[in-house]
Formats: sequence, structure tokens, C-alpha cells
Amino acid sequence: MTEIPLGPAVETEPFHDDDLYHPRSWLTKYVFSQDAKVIAIQYSATALFLGFVALALSWLMRLQLGFPDLVTFIDADAYYQLITMHGMMMVVYVLTALFLGGFGNYLIPLMVGARDMVFPYANMLSFWLYLVAVVLLLSTFFLPGGPTGAGWTLYPPQAILSGTPGQEWGIILMLLSLIVFVIGFTMGGLNYVVTVLQGRTEGMTLMRMPLTVWGIFTASVMALLAFPALFVGAVMMLFDKLLGTSFFMPALIEMGEHLKYGGGSPVLFQHLFWFFGHPEVYIVALPAFGIVSDLISTHARRNIFGYRMMVWAIIAIGALSFVVWAHHMYVSGMNPYFGFFFATTTLIIAIPTAIKVYNWILTLWRGDIHLTTPMLFSLGFIITFVNGGLTGLFLGNVVVDVPLSDTMFVVAHFHMVMGVAPILVIFGAIYHWYPKVTGRMLHEGLGKLHFWITFLGAYAIFFPMHYLGLIGVPRRYHEMGDATFFPESAQSLNAAITVMALVVGAFQFVFLFNLIWSLRRGEPAGGNPWRATSLEWQTPETPPPHGNWGRTVPVVYRWAYDYNVPGAAEDFIPQNQPPAAAGGMA
Amino acid sequence: MTESALPRTAAGSPTRAGLRSVASDLASDRRAFRTASWGKAMMWIFLLSDTFVFGCFLIAYMTARISTPEPWPNASQVFSLEVAGTAFPLLLIAIMTFVLISSSGTMALAVNYAFRRDRRTTTALMLATAALGATFVGMQAFEWSKLIHEGVRPWGNPFGAAQFGSTFFMITGFHGTHVTIGVIFLLIIARKVWRGDYEEGRRGFFTSRRGHYEAVEILGLYWHFVDLVWVFIFAFFYLW
Ligand code: HEM
Ligand SMILES: [Cu+2]
Repeated sequence: MTEIPLGPAVETEPFHDDDLYHPRSWLTKYVFSQDAKVIAIQYSATALFLGFVALALSWLMRLQLGFPDLVTFIDADAYYQLITMHGMMMVVYVLTALFLGGFGNYLIPLMVGARDMVFPYANMLSFWLYLVAVVLLLSTFFLPGGPTGAGWTLYPPQAILSGTPGQEWGIILMLLSLIVFVIGFTMGGLNYVVTVLQGRTEGMTLMRMPLTVWGIFTASVMALLAFPALFVGAVMMLFDKLLGTSFFMPALIEMGEHLKYGGGSPVLFQHLFWFFGHPEVYIVALPAFGIVSDLISTHARRNIFGYRMMVWAIIAIGALSFVVWAHHMYVSGMNPYFGFFFATTTLIIAIPTAIKVYNWILTLWRGDIHLTTPMLFSLGFIITFVNGGLTGLFLGNVVVDVPLSDTMFVVAHFHMVMGVAPILVIFGAIYHWYPKVTGRMLHEGLGKLHFWITFLGAYAIFFPMHYLGLIGVPRRYHEMGDATFFPESAQSLNAAITVMALVVGAFQFVFLFNLIWSLRRGEPAGGNPWRATSLEWQTPETPPPHGNWGRTVPVVYRWAYDYNVPGAAEDFIPQNQPPAAAGGMA
Repeated sequence: MTESALPRTAAGSPTRAGLRSVASDLASDRRAFRTASWGKAMMWIFLLSDTFVFGCFLIAYMTARISTPEPWPNASQVFSLEVAGTAFPLLLIAIMTFVLISSSGTMALAVNYAFRRDRRTTTALMLATAALGATFVGMQAFEWSKLIHEGVRPWGNPFGAAQFGSTFFMITGFHGTHVTIGVIFLLIIARKVWRGDYEEGRRGFFTSRRGHYEAVEILGLYWHFVDLVWVFIFAFFYLW
């Protein structure tokens, strides 16, 4: 047999510039753009918008909890709809989309020295499918019956039965929207993963990548493996609803009548959902871990402590998080031996996580800490994350979890660990990279005010919920009713939480104002305002143009953490600075 | 200044061996997988993700089958084909499987000829693959209509547990969709090979990128994967 020649792509062609797609019209440049940076902004803007919608929903819920008779249209049904849409939006459509679609698209190509994502066309489709998913989701507000009230976990059988609000259209469109989201995400996710694996510039080895890229990369791999379970679960439930199959539906009697269902397994859905749902927590957390590492290192002018350990911890957390899912199911009636196994794996995850926290603190130790807004938000993240992690240890143990399950304690826990903590990172990251994206600084004074109100406010809102949970206030209840075992003060505490939630929520509009105002009026930033080392700050122009690097792609000579290197001329050495020019030891 | 040479990492050092060299290759600059182009890497990772989709479907099927209280229909009875008055268990499915596996053979040949830039033979082999794939889908449609005719529905059937029909239609339908998509892409890429797009570096209509003959190989990966999945579906539905 003759030798088969290898495909031409094997010739070292990381990038032929002529293969870069050059938009010719306004429409292909700004709307149907294939440029990862434009797609990133589209993703972020859409996700931020949804974030404000979800915030408004949380206001309504809080009003109901704090002042039960104030808003008359919130009855039990409406309350269910509010929590469902709030929870689902925040977790999937806001946080996932922001971290991967937004930061992933903007930062990966720039940080690894690529000109764009490897498949710009699929990348563009990814955003448009996301938009379709968002429209499907929002449309349920306007359809008969309204959005689904099944809770963000969508547990069958109740999710698709009458009695749950939104069983006409809400649940169907919710499932469809999730399916479209997964397909769209897959197109983007393949881009993020392959760009990191195969699209790096010369000298950019895996172990020289900034931790931001490691976090987003690992999260994308996880998403590609975890979203399939959500996809399958959604498809099957859609069939249960539309075709009358009984995948998840046992035999049921409703209003004295046998339903047509029989023989299905509701616990199966819970397994599918949490096989997606738990990794999802880390899909949100790992990018946050990565970004925080870079923010801390840059703003404390110190190399990250234990870089290798940090990378391995990210990978270990990513892998372990696929074998802990059933800690969300301790009260589901599954085999009790499962609980033992899953509690063990859950507690093991604490080890790599704790390593990361120690390394952040050791990075700060004796650092030259600049209390800039991004640094403040990073510190806030460490505190809230540790806080949420500790309550996670409570909930990870079966015996402690069983009484706390479905109480406000759980709500407090997950808001701390996957609500507040990642949101703080997102804010920090926006303050950090906004100058690169727009060429202007955000207003620092407003930024610091934003930080203090958000950080302290988040504590005022969510910390008391731990206590409410401990005294037994249940989750997903629209009022406490006449139960006698709550002290009177529980209701006044609820009212206080609500007031804080309104204040903190309102203050986010100041942040929005800052974003818009600084676009024109912000201080000009220059190319590298934070004197940072990683590649995105070394672009020839700011904001980086189409193709990112001008004529030649940068060559990388070092890792991203050369701050305060002894003997170097400056207190930072960019990754693309050749050894001879840097002075000192390279 | 010992490290001043361009840091291609440890590549080239003669002492690398075994696992270590694997690790240092993966960690090298530019590409983790030295011999994989972007497209190929993308397809492998997509297939990994798709494996999880099929895996979830099949695990869901097994769970449904174990947990339903009704008896499961007898596969060799339900899936028998009547020829000249005698019922042959699994006859149709054996033919379908044979057809699909054969199409993997023609696909592999097509990849080989594509790298030799033999446009004629490549096109012919790809069309043959597409034809076999279409035959498979056609026979599947025949089987579906036969079952539907006998009263099998997604929500119930006369032979036993309702989940039988639900999982069967869902999973074979999902797989059949994969085959159909594969057939469509086979036709598209066969046309490009025939027209000589990959010789003259013509740009794609949507992506505006130049194609390579490697596209045939990447499509081949997908096609073999879809075949492999069928083997599992076959085993779990027809032999269990
Ligand atoms: C603006 C600050 C926020 C406030 C005031 C808030 C408030 C609330 C309230 C009152 C509930 C319902 C509790 C219950 O009755 O069960 C809830 C549920 C939830 N929230 Fe938030 N939240 C906020 C931000 C977030 C963020 C950033 C996330 C992102 C992870 C998030 C995720 C969730 C989830 C997943 C649920 C559970 C929904 C369910 O039970 O189905 N929230 N939130
Ligand atoms: Cu979990």
C-alpha cells in the first residue's frame, strides 16, 4: 500500500491570515459578526439584561416574603413562577452565558495569542441560538398560563401536571429553550475547547496559560459532558408532556381519576438533572476561580502562589464534580448506600478547593496589594466563597442535610457560593477588563461604592437566611402562614432582608449607569492600565481590532505571573517579552 | 541565559520516553495534539460530547426497563419479520446492521482515496456510503411503520410495558436523525470533492474558509461513530 499523505492541515499553520473572515458590511461586522470579541459583547449584553430581569423577579419575591399582603397579584402560583424563572435565568442564562459566552469569547483568543476562535461561524451561531433560547424563555411571560412554576429543578411528575402553573405553555417552552440553549452552547463550547487546545500561539504552552484560561477551558469541557444529561432529560420530559410517554411519570390519580401515565421513574429525572446540575455549579465556579487568581496576582503585584497546584486543583475539581451529583438527592428516596458514597466524594472535593483558597491567601501574603475595585471584588469573592463552602460541608453530610433540606438554609448556602461569589467575580472582571474592551476606565469611586454596597448588602440579605433556615422556615413557600413554631421576629427579619434586597438591587443600576457613562466619559485607559503581564494587555491597539494582533502574532516566552521579578526593569514582564530584553533572570 | 532558545518545551530532548513524552507533547505550545487539525480535534471532542448524549439515552432506557412494573415485550417476537409465511426473528435488523457496517467500509475507502486526491473514486465511494446510509434509514422507516401498524405507540403498545415503545422510538429516532444528517453531509462533501473545491481552495459558502480533503476524513469519524452507536443500540434493544 502506498503511504497515505497526511492532511494538509498538519503543516504548521496555526493561522493563515487569509483564512480570517473579513466582514464587508455593517451587518456582518456588528450584528452577524463572526469576531469572537463582538460575539462576547453580544453574549454579555444579553446575559446582563437577563440578569436585571432576574433581579427584578427577586424583588417581587422578596416583597412577597417581607410584606405578605403588599403585592396582591403574587399568590402561591405566581410565587412559584417567580422562583422558577429567577433561578433558571440566573444559573443557566446569566452566569453560564456570561462566563463562557462572554468572558470565554473575549479572553480566550486574546490570552492564548490567537486571532480569533477556531470556528468563527459556529461561534456566531452559538450566540444566535442562545438568543433564540432567551426569547423562548421570555415569551412564556406573555402566553396563557404564564411561565412554569415547577421550580428551577423542574422535577416531574408535578412539573407537567395541572396544578403547577404554566403547565399549558410555560413548561413546554422552558424545555424547548433549554434544548436550544444546549445545542447553541455546544457550538460555542467546542470553539473554546479547541481554541485552547489547538489554537495557541508560539511559546504558549499549556502550563503558561493564565489561570483564567484554565478555568474557562475546564468549565467548557465539563459543560460539553454535563449538558447532554440536561438535554436528554429535557427531551424525555417534553415527550412525557406532548406525546404522553411515561419516562418520568408513575401511575397517578388526579382529582379522583387515573391519569394516562404509568410505570415511569421520577428519580431518573433527578439523576439526569443533577448529573448536569452539580457540574453546572462548577461550570460557573471554575471560571470565577481562574479569573480571581489573575485579578489577585495582578493587583497584588505578585506571582500566583503554586501555579501548578492551581491548575491541577482546577482539573481535579472538574473531574470530581461528576461523581457527587446525588448529594442533591439525599431526601429523594434513593438507596441510602448511595448517600454514603456521595457524601464521601462531596467532602473530598473540599480538598482541592481548600488548596485554591490557601493559594490565593498566600498570593496576597506580603503582596503589594492595590485596593482597586477589581481587587476589592476579588477579596469579597474569597470571603463569600469560603462562607458558602463551609455551609456546603454541613449540607454534604446526609444526617445534617436531611433536616436542613428544603429550608432557607439551603437558599442561603447556594446564594453565597454560586450566586454572590461568582457575581462578585463578574463585577471584578468587568472593572478589570472594561478598559481593554472600550479603551476607557470605569469610574473608580462609583466602583468602590458599588463594591461596598453589594458586598455588605449581600451579607445583610443572605446571612440571616441561614438562621431562618435553622429555625425551620421552608424554601419555596410564599408565606410562613400561621405556623406557631416561628418566633414573631422571623417576620420582621424577613422584612429587613427585603428592604436590603431592594436597596442592593437598586444600586446595581448605578453600576449599569457607570458602564454606560464611562463608555464616553471614562478616563482614557491606554493599552495596559493595570500593568499586567498577560497577552490581552499587549495588543498593538486598544480596543483590539479585528484579528487582534496586527501583522504578527505575539510569541510567548514566559508564564503570566512575572510580577516584581528581582532585577527586572519594571515590576512586571509581559508574556511576550523576549528573555534578553527583560533583564534579570528570565 | 540557557533558556533563551524559543521554548518549544521539552520537545526534542532525547531522553523522553513513554508517558513522559505523551505529557510533554500535550503540554507543548500551539497544539496539544500535534497531528490533529482544528477540524479533526473539534470532531473528536464533539463525538465525546455526543457519546454522553447517547450514553444518557441508553442509561435512561435501561432504568426505564428495570423500573417499570409491566413485563417487557419479547424482542425476538416483536422484531420478527415475516417472509413467505414464516416469522424470522431479527431478520430485518440483521440486514440493517449489515448495511450500516458495510457503509463504514466504503467510508474508510473514501477517506483513503481522498488523501490520494482521486476525486472520481472518492466521490463514487462517498455516494455509495450515502446510499447505504439512506437504505438503512429507509429500512428503519419500514420497521417503524410495521410496529406502528401492529399498534406500538410512544405511549403504549399491546405487547407489554409502555416504555418499550417510548424508548424505542426515541432512541432509534435520535440515531436515525444522526444517520440522516450524515447522509446530507456526505452528499454535500461528495459534491465538493467532485467539483474540485479542495484542489483550488474554493471557500465555503457559509464559513468562507478554504476546505481540505481532510473534510472527508472528519466526516468519516462522524460516520464511524454513528455506526458504533448503532452496535450498542442493537445490542441493548434487540439482544437483551
Ligand atoms: C439579587 C440578589 C438575589 C436575591 C434577592 C435573590 C432572592 C431569591 C429568593 C427570595 C429566592 C426564593 C427562595 C424560596 O422561596 O425558595 C431565590 C431562589 C433562587 N435563586 Fe436567588 N436571589 C438573588 C440572586 C441570585 C443569583 C445571583 C443566583 C445565581 C445562582 C440565584 C439563584 C437562585 C436559585 C437557583 C433559586 C432557587 C429557585 C428554586 O427554588 O427553584 N439567585 N432567590
Ligand atoms: Cu452539588
